[in-house]
Amino acid sequence: MADRPAQLIACHYCDLLQREIPLNPGCTASCSRCGAVLYRNATDSIDRTLAYTLAAAVLFAVANTFPIFSIEVQGDRSAINLYGAVASLWDQEMKSIALLVLITAIVMPAVELISMTYLLLPLKFRRVPPGCALFMRTLRYVEPWGMVEVFMLGVLVSLVKLTSSFKVIPGIALWSFGALTLLLAAVASSFSARDVWARLEQGNKERGEP
Amino acid sequence: MSRLASSAANRMLCSCQVCNLVSRKTQLAYPAHCPRCGTLLHFRRPASVARCWALLIAAYILYIPANLLTIMETGSLFSYRSDTIMSGIVHLWKTGSWMIAVIVFIASVTIPLLKLISLTLLLISVQRRSLWRPRERTRLFRLIELVGRWSMLDIYVVTLLAALVQLGAMATVKAGPGAVAFGAVVVLTMFAAMQFDPRLIWDPLQRKDLHD
Ligand SMILES: [Zn+2]
Repeated sequence: MADRPAQLIACHYCDLLQREIPLNPGCTASCSRCGAVLYRNATDSIDRTLAYTLAAAVLFAVANTFPIFSIEVQGDRSAINLYGAVASLWDQEMKSIALLVLITAIVMPAVELISMTYLLLPLKFRRVPPGCALFMRTLRYVEPWGMVEVFMLGVLVSLVKLTSSFKVIPGIALWSFGALTLLLAAVASSFSARDVWARLEQGNKERGEP
Repeated sequence: MSRLASSAANRMLCSCQVCNLVSRKTQLAYPAHCPRCGTLLHFRRPASVARCWALLIAAYILYIPANLLTIMETGSLFSYRSDTIMSGIVHLWKTGSWMIAVIVFIASVTIPLLKLISLTLLLISVQRRSLWRPRERTRLFRLIELVGRWSMLDIYVVTLLAALVQLGAMATVKAGPGAVAFGAVVVLTMFAAMQFDPRLIWDPLQRKDLHD
């Protein structure tokens, strides 16, 4: 079906065919025609990404269980966590919005963290997890839909809007969401699909598969 | 970076969208799968322009109710407000939170408009096989890919406020039908951007090189 010309790379934005060159650690290769990033040499990509992913998973659990913030009016107190907010919108007959928030702020980030862990944990110990191509594909399609950082900004904007009429008490999840945003950015910047594929191919070769 | 000055498709080479592996695809009509990850290979995203137009037109249509209908209702014992996207921003500006007003304006007005207009321009230029500034047009596409997600901001704000402020007669916030339309615009424009294939911007150039 296909033979493999070695070390060629085609830009995803302009399809210019180029030869890969070795990079110094931390450097980025960009397309010579349109300037898009082709690949990076991320140092210890797998180890670092795994560490950030595991830390992010813990914070993600905390951020989803505890209240983000609560408001107090004349002794009445009302608090929400993320899932509670989605459920409340669902009950208010705003089901499409509830679903949109559920998918972009809870499901997609969770799928991303699970897939990352599933791929990187065995790879760290030089094992090749079964179905890895499927998980790599999932990661690629999930990535644009996880919007934790946008949600974080939404939390801050709501906080400012609320302080004009209520006494607002920040909750544990507020801080966790802040830290989660930073960790997910670290995951995105340290993850290198190129390294994962290289490791997968190497692993398959060691097992004597094509 | 050594230059071969040719697009991969010109040499019958196809880059996998998932794993970036470049492999040869000789039989045009038959589906080929990436030898490394099994993804179906395409030289260009299939029916890219038609699908992108369809999603974009749907987004334009929904953009009207998204801006005209109420996005959020705020009620209490003393007052009642019903806000569209724009009136909400104006209210924020007037009540002194101008920083927040600017952030919401960028996320809910500038970015959706930028996406709709840019995608329209990109589609028209690609259909006319324009040779005009391909580098800048590619950059524009990368920009809308990058910032598109931030227009979800208002959806999250409405969700949080509507879920939290349920204090009966004291204060109640409700999400309005405008929020549904606006959410649909954000999702549709994101899908439209995913369907657009930026390599089409460069294809007319490639043909010209070949003739020269
Ligand atoms: Zn390029």
